[in-house]
Amino acid sequence: MSNAPVDTGRRRFLTAATAVVGGAGAVAVAVPFIKSWNPSAKAKAAGAPVEVNISKVEPGQLIRVEWRGKPVWVVRRTDAILSELPKLDGQLRDPASEELQQPEYAANPARSIKPEFFIAVGICTHLGCSPTYLPDSFGEQVEGVTAGFFCPCHGSKFDMAGRVFQGVPAPLNLVVPPHQYVDDGTVLIGVDTGAA
Amino acid sequence: MVKNIVDWIDARIPMTATYNRHVGQYPTPKNFNFWYFFGSLALLVLVNQLLTGIWLTMNYVPTAEGAFASVEYIMRDVEYGWLLRYMHSTGASAFFVVVYLHMFRGLIYGSYQKPRELLWLFGMLIFLVLMAEAFMGYLLPWGQMSYWGAQVIISLFGAIPFIGDDLTLWIRGDYVVSGATLNRFFALHVIALPLVLVVLVFLHLIALHEVGSNNPDGVEVKKNKDENGWPVDAIPFHPYYTVKDIMGVAGFLIVFCYVLFFMPEGGGYFLEKPNFEAANPMKTPEHIAPVWYFTPFYAILRAIPDKLLGVVGMGLAIAVLFVLPWLDRCKVKSIRYRGLIHKINIAQFTVSFLILGYLGAVPATPTLTIAARIFTLTYFGFFVALWVYSKNEKTKPVPTRVTH
Repeated sequence: MSNAPVDTGRRRFLTAATAVVGGAGAVAVAVPFIKSWNPSAKAKAAGAPVEVNISKVEPGQLIRVEWRGKPVWVVRRTDAILSELPKLDGQLRDPASEELQQPEYAANPARSIKPEFFIAVGICTHLGCSPTYLPDSFGEQVEGVTAGFFCPCHGSKFDMAGRVFQGVPAPLNLVVPPHQYVDDGTVLIGVDTGAA
Repeated sequence: MVKNIVDWIDARIPMTATYNRHVGQYPTPKNFNFWYFFGSLALLVLVNQLLTGIWLTMNYVPTAEGAFASVEYIMRDVEYGWLLRYMHSTGASAFFVVVYLHMFRGLIYGSYQKPRELLWLFGMLIFLVLMAEAFMGYLLPWGQMSYWGAQVIISLFGAIPFIGDDLTLWIRGDYVVSGATLNRFFALHVIALPLVLVVLVFLHLIALHEVGSNNPDGVEVKKNKDENGWPVDAIPFHPYYTVKDIMGVAGFLIVFCYVLFFMPEGGGYFLEKPNFEAANPMKTPEHIAPVWYFTPFYAILRAIPDKLLGVVGMGLAIAVLFVLPWLDRCKVKSIRYRGLIHKINIAQFTVSFLILGYLGAVPATPTLTIAARIFTLTYFGFFVALWVYSKNEKTKPVPTRVTH
């Protein structure tokens, strides 16, 4: 055994180098453990865009499709309903859709790409109940308004563009999901190519 | 014969020495009172949870399709399944009862003060892990309250700026609370967190036995030793405190068994009524409230009219307890010898905590929201006031020996 003097500088360097290499290895090993918590391919497939045929939706009719486990509504609005919307502005929390509850292309008075079709996630922005569509009897909730959405849980009210009324627990307008039209009768929900 | 076996083992591992150090010859202050039952009771409840939990996994099915039905199967068709399940669910609430009382004991007798800061920190970590454990366990029956409670609590992470949405997605493993969420919560609930919990309990006990137990007088018994080095105000843990703790266990079991056999749902507070309905992602229950042991913090969350600040406030309410040993700058430990202002402060803190607990369990109205805001302020006010007055607090003289 040699009794050479201890080179502490060299020893410290080797200790630090070993620690750095070991640390890098530990970080690398952590990646699969953390990544495995992300949605699986199966969950992503279930979260994939949904294609909806809207050519057979009657005026005034609402159809429900499931996207990412949530109910998504497609409502065909009549001209009468659309002409009613601007008159409600004074009774709403966010009539001009300033809150980011919709893609940019839906931040318009009708909150949709085509005014005729309103597409929204049917989940109340209060505590997540699914509001009821009242095509004729919404007047019982808000006088003088024919149609709207009423949440049975805590009484939140939304107009036919999913805009929330004042004086109810829900803070925000209904969410408009990203969507785009493939052709006149087909809409793809869950994806958009930017400005549709 | 027995002695030979013991000697044989002792020559290989320090069995007798360890027993003496932690039980047989552990010097325990002789003036322990009622408040000193809850540490050993917490250990008892931990064993209850581990044992009944292992047995429940033998029949529980951790999938979105099978979970709810398997819990009902345990309740109806498995022999004594109802008892094991109720022991586990009642045990969860009992855990928080004894842990809250145990923490209150530490608070009034200054057991968090130097040299027991690390002991207190391990205790707080146990409390934190226990909350995570209880939250994840509550999802497993896959009832309406399980589902929507998890939905609301996981959504809280969404309030964090920039990473919030990705973080909630990562926690859920899906775009909504789903079977993926249930599976990972099951894994964490039955393996990961119990392991962490047991390690923390071990460290908590090691830290306790290193510095020695505090007592209702807040006198360091180690400072006054006889010629053999034994603290004059201490008695061996066994048989004196084993017998006392058995007495505590008997009293505890009377209350525990009453709840277990006569009111296992705890009046809708231990097992909430909507949870007897299977999880339905399309329908929310009328009123969402967490289980009782989370309600004080939930009330703070709801009291603050901003999503992010609410989450921060709730987090701070727990985080501030961690730094308690450094907020209290007084040298006197026990409430017995502290100033009037400290007694008033602890009293108002206790009342605030209880009222917040009530407010978090009932639906919010404008009046109650204002009340929740006031008591949120007094809750945090306790810590601010403590830091301010404790430096120059007018205290009574502390005796050199314990009183009893």
